[in-house]
Amino acid sequence: MGELRLMKGNEALAEAAIRSGCDAYFGYPITPQSEILEYLSREVPKRENLNMVVLQAESEIASINMIYGAAGAGKRAMTSSSSPGISLMQEGLSYIAAAELPCLVVNVNRGGPGLGTIQPAQGDYFQATKGGGHGDYKLIVLAPSSVQEMADFVRLGFDLADKYRNPVMILTDGAIGQMIEKVKLFEQQPTSGTIPKPWATTGKTKDRERNIITSLHIDPKEMEKINLRLQAKYREIEEKEVRYELFKTEDADFILTGYGLSARICKKVVEIGREKGYKLGLIRPITLFPFPKKLFADIATRIKGILDVELNAGQMLEDVKLSVDGRVRVEFYGRMGGIIPTPEEVLEYFENTFLKGD
Amino acid sequence: MSETIIKREEQEFLEEEICVAENLVYSRPKTLTDLDLHYCPGCGHGVVHRLMMEVIEELDIQEKTIGVAPVGCSVFAYQYMDVDMQEAAHGRATAVATGIKRVLPDRIVFSYQGDGDLAAIGTAETLHTCNRGESIVIIFINNAIYGMTSGQMAPTTVPGMVTTTSPYGRDVKLTGYPLKITELVAQLPGTYFVTRQAVNNPSNVRKAKKAIRKAFEYVQLNRGTCFVEIVSNCPSNWKMTPVEANKYVEEVLIPFYPLGDIKVPQEESK
Amino acid sequence: MAKVKGDIIVDIEKCKGCELCVVACPQDTIALSDKINKKGYHYMIKIKDNCTGCENCALVCPDAVITVYRKTGKKKEKVATLTNVKKDMTLEVN
Repeated sequence: MGELRLMKGNEALAEAAIRSGCDAYFGYPITPQSEILEYLSREVPKRENLNMVVLQAESEIASINMIYGAAGAGKRAMTSSSSPGISLMQEGLSYIAAAELPCLVVNVNRGGPGLGTIQPAQGDYFQATKGGGHGDYKLIVLAPSSVQEMADFVRLGFDLADKYRNPVMILTDGAIGQMIEKVKLFEQQPTSGTIPKPWATTGKTKDRERNIITSLHIDPKEMEKINLRLQAKYREIEEKEVRYELFKTEDADFILTGYGLSARICKKVVEIGREKGYKLGLIRPITLFPFPKKLFADIATRIKGILDVELNAGQMLEDVKLSVDGRVRVEFYGRMGGIIPTPEEVLEYFENTFLKGD
Repeated sequence: MSETIIKREEQEFLEEEICVAENLVYSRPKTLTDLDLHYCPGCGHGVVHRLMMEVIEELDIQEKTIGVAPVGCSVFAYQYMDVDMQEAAHGRATAVATGIKRVLPDRIVFSYQGDGDLAAIGTAETLHTCNRGESIVIIFINNAIYGMTSGQMAPTTVPGMVTTTSPYGRDVKLTGYPLKITELVAQLPGTYFVTRQAVNNPSNVRKAKKAIRKAFEYVQLNRGTCFVEIVSNCPSNWKMTPVEANKYVEEVLIPFYPLGDIKVPQEESK
Repeated sequence: MAKVKGDIIVDIEKCKGCELCVVACPQDTIALSDKINKKGYHYMIKIKDNCTGCENCALVCPDAVITVYRKTGKKKEKVATLTNVKKDMTLEVN
């Protein structure tokens, strides 16, 4: 039975972690997401029959490596951090992806680059979807745009991670992490998930060979084989796991697109634009990897333009452009430094860019 | 015709086979896989791998032991040790081991690390794992040089020692003093058993084995970290024969890194 | 006094000719062969028959190539010849 609560984004995510049967959370404080570690530190000891490990590690580097160990031992492990901390985790993520371990990592994106600001931003799209760490690998990236999705995507994230033996990232931002909305919480899921993990290092019993978790393959033929296997997996994920939301796109002339926080703003822009008589629609990618390429490619031929709105210098913009492949005009509106644009300001930009001087 | 004869034959042996099962006093542990070790001839890694696997066999803990081997010459330890193992990023073995131990608290977890891994890039993880008192065994192979990357200076390189990045001998004014990390972790309340051993001659090998066995026994009490440093050699990068290298261990390294138990549990010290 | 007699078996293909065992042996029983194994190493061989099975060589061997056997001295006595049997019978007394 799901219960209805009024919660802060970060805390809804933490509560969802408990309910997703997460076995271990290892994390390090950083604004604007320390509430996740704090909530778990406070709540987990209060719950009966809950064996979840909650440990404040000495750094984000230690956190991601503890995740590696716990995930390799067959358990549901997660961490959360914000942009600079996620940068520290990149080596670990590359190792986790290469060793094909499931885990969940949450990035509550703040303004950057560098130490930046604690205000919300979307400057980590490239880091999340194009690598971040070294080598040819992908994270499955989910972008919540409400407190409800902050909770739901934890369960979805763990399930996808286990299904594909791949790290999953929830890419959110400081605003959604801090905002308070109503959320319907799902019921407690089985601890450690339900998918068996015969490959995990749990101690070599007499009935099997030893299990080795590694990403080291010195023989080039072996290394290529592993890479091809990873690539095949990513193709399968691209085929089966694309998720997005459409808002008023059926009769739209112009499409706004954005994810997470910027998509919330775009939704409002569509509403006020429609009041003014513009036929606007919104495509909100939910999975940033796999990106809804086909959706954009299909819609490109029947619309007059796309306005991509992000809180960065233009990152998802590139995936939109790649997907439409020149078939339709794509423009960009972005703010940085933690500044959140108003719907009015975005609508004005749309008018000036697409409607005037045509 | 027969009659009762008693004939005593002193000191005389009948011709018989010595190499029979009942006379076996030592053989390669079954917990070592059959694969030929890739380590250089004379390398201490081989001896320590062997001692650890003997201990795991003797204590009958193969089924519940999980190991972590990070970057270093011994990154391939998982090819030789027949236990579940995870390979870790450079310096992060004790964090990975923490992750495993926290979710599988009834297993025996060990890390097997070199001096660069444990005392350079991994210093934070090493100190904090010991500070938290994670009940794992840390096997620290200290040969005062970076082996895998062909002979650079390590945090434990002794003053005056020649390496590829201290070609005129380690200058403490420039690069600081050797890091005696074992003495540091012994001061943390989270460590339960801390010892330093060597494997450069039969007598030291016997003592090292006893210490490793103690570590794997103590760690099962879940009272804190069991830390075993082994002062070892690197014939290839020291540019010596194995025999010369073991003499170098005796004459130069051991005086700097004295052997013996540095911290023992209360019960033992009584 | 009982004499201790030992013997060793060496996996010569795994041996890397590091010579640590030669130095460790208190009896000078072993040395490196002139011949080489498939990897090109001069492997260890026994050159005398005075092995006591002390295990020193196996203790220092980094590649675990040595198996050690040891037999303490047993006196064999001919204690009696039994009548009414066709052949001599020897009983062993330890």
